[in-house]
Amino acid sequence: MSFRTYHDVAGEDRSRLYAQVVAQRERVGRRLASVRRVVAVLSGKGGVGKSHLTATLAAGLASRLEQGVGVLDADLRSPTVARLLAVSGPLRVTEDGVEPAIGTAGVRVVSTDLLLEESQPLRWREPATERFVWRGVLETGTLREFLSDVVWGTLDLLLVDLPPGADGGVDLKQMVPNLAGALVVTIPSEESRRSVARTMCSASEAGIPLLGIVENMSSYRCEDCGAQRALFDGTAGADLSEEFGVPLLARVPFTPGAGPASCDTPGLVDAFLECIR
Amino acid sequence: MKFLCVGCDEQMTFEERQEPGDGTFAASFSCPKCGHKVAMLANPMETQLVGALGVRIGGRTLDEQPMQLTRSSMIGREDAFEDIAPGGPGGVRWSAESEERLTRVPKFVRGMVKKIYVEWAAEHGIAEITPAVMDEARVDLGLEAM
Repeated sequence: MSFRTYHDVAGEDRSRLYAQVVAQRERVGRRLASVRRVVAVLSGKGGVGKSHLTATLAAGLASRLEQGVGVLDADLRSPTVARLLAVSGPLRVTEDGVEPAIGTAGVRVVSTDLLLEESQPLRWREPATERFVWRGVLETGTLREFLSDVVWGTLDLLLVDLPPGADGGVDLKQMVPNLAGALVVTIPSEESRRSVARTMCSASEAGIPLLGIVENMSSYRCEDCGAQRALFDGTAGADLSEEFGVPLLARVPFTPGAGPASCDTPGLVDAFLECIR
Repeated sequence: MKFLCVGCDEQMTFEERQEPGDGTFAASFSCPKCGHKVAMLANPMETQLVGALGVRIGGRTLDEQPMQLTRSSMIGREDAFEDIAPGGPGGVRWSAESEERLTRVPKFVRGMVKKIYVEWAAEHGIAEITPAVMDEARVDLGLEAM
């Protein structure tokens, strides 16, 4: 017995699952048509201050970019951007979609932090078993809906704060084919360099332009003598810049208590604006 | 997915879908030539895996609601979303019994569920949503959990 192929059978597939997936992709494209640039903020390593830097940069850019700035917190399991940009829920749902919360300096924000109960982890209703099979699928679905179903409006820039790891940027690139690029965050240590290098490699292979590197927590100010001193051993920012041919945009000192409301990192906003022009 | 009647080499026609319980998805098909009928049963894991993609087996009869997958799948704050103009389009009325029944739906998804019922009723020319209308819509849309 031999069968015809799926496409040889001319009748329509009622479920049209593939068409539904294509429609989801088109929905993202339509929503982001009014967003001039989508830029991922990524790092291979956790704890480098990526979300803080994203919030700081967004707040600093908001007054420089006429059409506005948005932040999509794609770190679904460990969301922090909402608090950093001082937003709270509820999110308003209109016929057009879900309106983002408005935070510091008018930055438009969406984050799972606005959806989850205080101190509760990201959990899904179903199913109770074999969660590993679809946890990633559900998380990717939520990220897709954050892109497609939020009324971002007209924006000069949408920053997407990705979770630590190499895959987030690749997933985002598949959903946003015209992704303008990625800003890479590291700390000076050799451990961070090794981890971030893997992520940069992965992003590069996926065709994501690497716009620049920010070395966070590069130094701190000694309270006794006032001198800037190294916080970690290593020169990961400069090393990654040389290895990948990507500009080191800024070396950001560790400043206890500094909030994103005041972007006081010399040159960071200007350097970022330069690299996205 | 397409179903062929092997004897006739004809594509079978979709007839009906049901969610009989425990997450099982059932769809029945018949051969337009010989009338032979078959039913496909997808186990709960298969059904949920496809659902996790945000797509619907058997086709989507209504437009996807904003953040439908997130709101129906994520366990979140009751007051995370504020649905504006939840009455929606069509000027459809709600009976007191159906309003009461709607209060049993978690707030996280209530506005979205209400909108789905309103749109379904408007599409079917129904002026008032009653519990019976809700039951009919649930079966038609495969929304057993709502």
